[in-house]
Amino acid sequence: MELIKDISDIRHHFPALSQSVNGKPLVYFDNGATAQKPDCVIELVNKMNSGINGNIHRAVHELSARTTELYEGARESVRNFINADSREEIVFTSGTTASINLVANSFSQAFLKKGEAVLLTEGEHHSNIVPWQMACERHGAKLRVLPVDENGCWKMELLDSLLSDGKVKIASVAHISNVLGVVNPIEELIEACHRFGVPVMIDGAQGIIHSSVDVKKLDCEFYVFSGHKLYGPTGIGVLYGKKVFLQKMPPWMGGGDMVGTVTFKKTTYADLPLKFEAGTPNFIGAAGLGEAIGFLAKIDKNFIKEHEEILVARMLEGLASVDKLKLYGVSDRKISLFSFNVGNVHPTDVAMLMDKMGIALRSGMMCAEPLMSHFGVSGMLRASLSVYNTVEEIDYFVNSLKRVLKMLS
Amino acid sequence: MTIKEAENQIIEEFSIFTDWLDKYEYLIELGKSLPIIKESSKSETNLIKGCQSKVWLAADYKDGKIYFTADSDAIITKGIISLLIRVFSGRAPQEIIDADLGFIKEIGLQDNLSPTRSNGLVSMIKQIKFYALAFSANK
Ligand SMILES: Cc1ncc(COP(=O)(O)O)c(C=O)c1O
Repeated sequence: MELIKDISDIRHHFPALSQSVNGKPLVYFDNGATAQKPDCVIELVNKMNSGINGNIHRAVHELSARTTELYEGARESVRNFINADSREEIVFTSGTTASINLVANSFSQAFLKKGEAVLLTEGEHHSNIVPWQMACERHGAKLRVLPVDENGCWKMELLDSLLSDGKVKIASVAHISNVLGVVNPIEELIEACHRFGVPVMIDGAQGIIHSSVDVKKLDCEFYVFSGHKLYGPTGIGVLYGKKVFLQKMPPWMGGGDMVGTVTFKKTTYADLPLKFEAGTPNFIGAAGLGEAIGFLAKIDKNFIKEHEEILVARMLEGLASVDKLKLYGVSDRKISLFSFNVGNVHPTDVAMLMDKMGIALRSGMMCAEPLMSHFGVSGMLRASLSVYNTVEEIDYFVNSLKRVLKMLS
Repeated sequence: MTIKEAENQIIEEFSIFTDWLDKYEYLIELGKSLPIIKESSKSETNLIKGCQSKVWLAADYKDGKIYFTADSDAIITKGIISLLIRVFSGRAPQEIIDADLGFIKEIGLQDNLSPTRSNGLVSMIKQIKFYALAFSANK
């Protein structure tokens, strides 16, 4: 099979990219929030909604058999994509947030006790803070926070001191921050945590897009991500968990499909992974995610890597040419995600005017209030690029940004 | 001048803009020239929280009329606020309660005032109407 290694070929597969917004060709730079979908994903979802639709795992009829096949086929695609050992380790959820909540509830129920602690970092998304805070409140445990430095990088030298008293029962950290766009040293953190016997969950919402993830090599206990940021549909996500942990964890939600036998006296639970998939799952979303992963496999890996390097270099150069611009998250492990402020200009004003020029940006706190406080700001602007963005779009973005800043000054 | 007349005056002013750029440049100008609210009025109680930008709104009731002052940390929001103040400030409560704000759509700013933009303006209008109701009940 001929691999795709041409930007216009790639763009061709994403119908959303050819639209106009506010009378201008769309420049979609909000991929960190959600990505556009390739035609094959759209077609599969349409096909399922308009015909291949029967509830999975339940019936003997043809439609049910076909959706079940698509659903379980998607599980296999995900397993292969992140190199997990078995299908039992791949749980479908509604997204990163749901996966984190599942672990924060179920893991904590089994392993977190009064006086113990959960380790996070200062750079986490609210989705990787609040569920743990809630779990800690329930079990009388505390959050411990690994601080970040002035560039937003983890202060690794403080890690051992946070782990050494044996109180920390789990660490949950982002692979790549949705604000800083820097690849965190998770290998090093996992290694340190394991030295103290602490299991690690990686929030891979951004990481899964910008690096090839091998959970066996990483050796993390959990890895979670969302389908919609990986060119798949919304409402589908993944929890990877090592079997030894998933087996020891109690189910979180009860319902159909997650049971062995049910009587009013006692219910036994289904085996992994169904134990954690109560009720009718988003089987169309899962199949769509499987399709998105299949699409990614058709793009040349080297092209993706080189293209991102080109985008990052061009963007850094462009941003450096803007007067008074402060970039957050400076590192040589930078992905194509850039958060910044310019002087005292309000991020919302810039985002609003850029929208008028057809450019979709994110502005505000980006669900990471503690990180905003760390940098002493109440918001930032963010441009997050993807495999289908171009150098020309970056140039248009930089020029438009300068024009907008002039208007606002 | 009635509220309706003030609205019409704004519609007239905006009718000369054919380009969105000019329109926003004008809003930015208005934002810069908005009389600043008293620093003491920028209190937690007068703060209307939008997800994206902050808006402060204070109201004074004198001789049967309500006088509004306001501010925001975002300049375009401030520009739109200044239009709202022009329309609403110095009016009797009942007139404010009855106003339908048709001018916003007329000058093409309805997008900025949709609840989905979460910039605090929708809450600000609600708050203005709320003040009007409160003062009319206290008469
Ligand atoms: C780092 C990170 N964690 C968690 C999330 C939450 O993902 P979702 O809203 O898809 O559950 C996001 C999405 O913005 C993210 O970027």
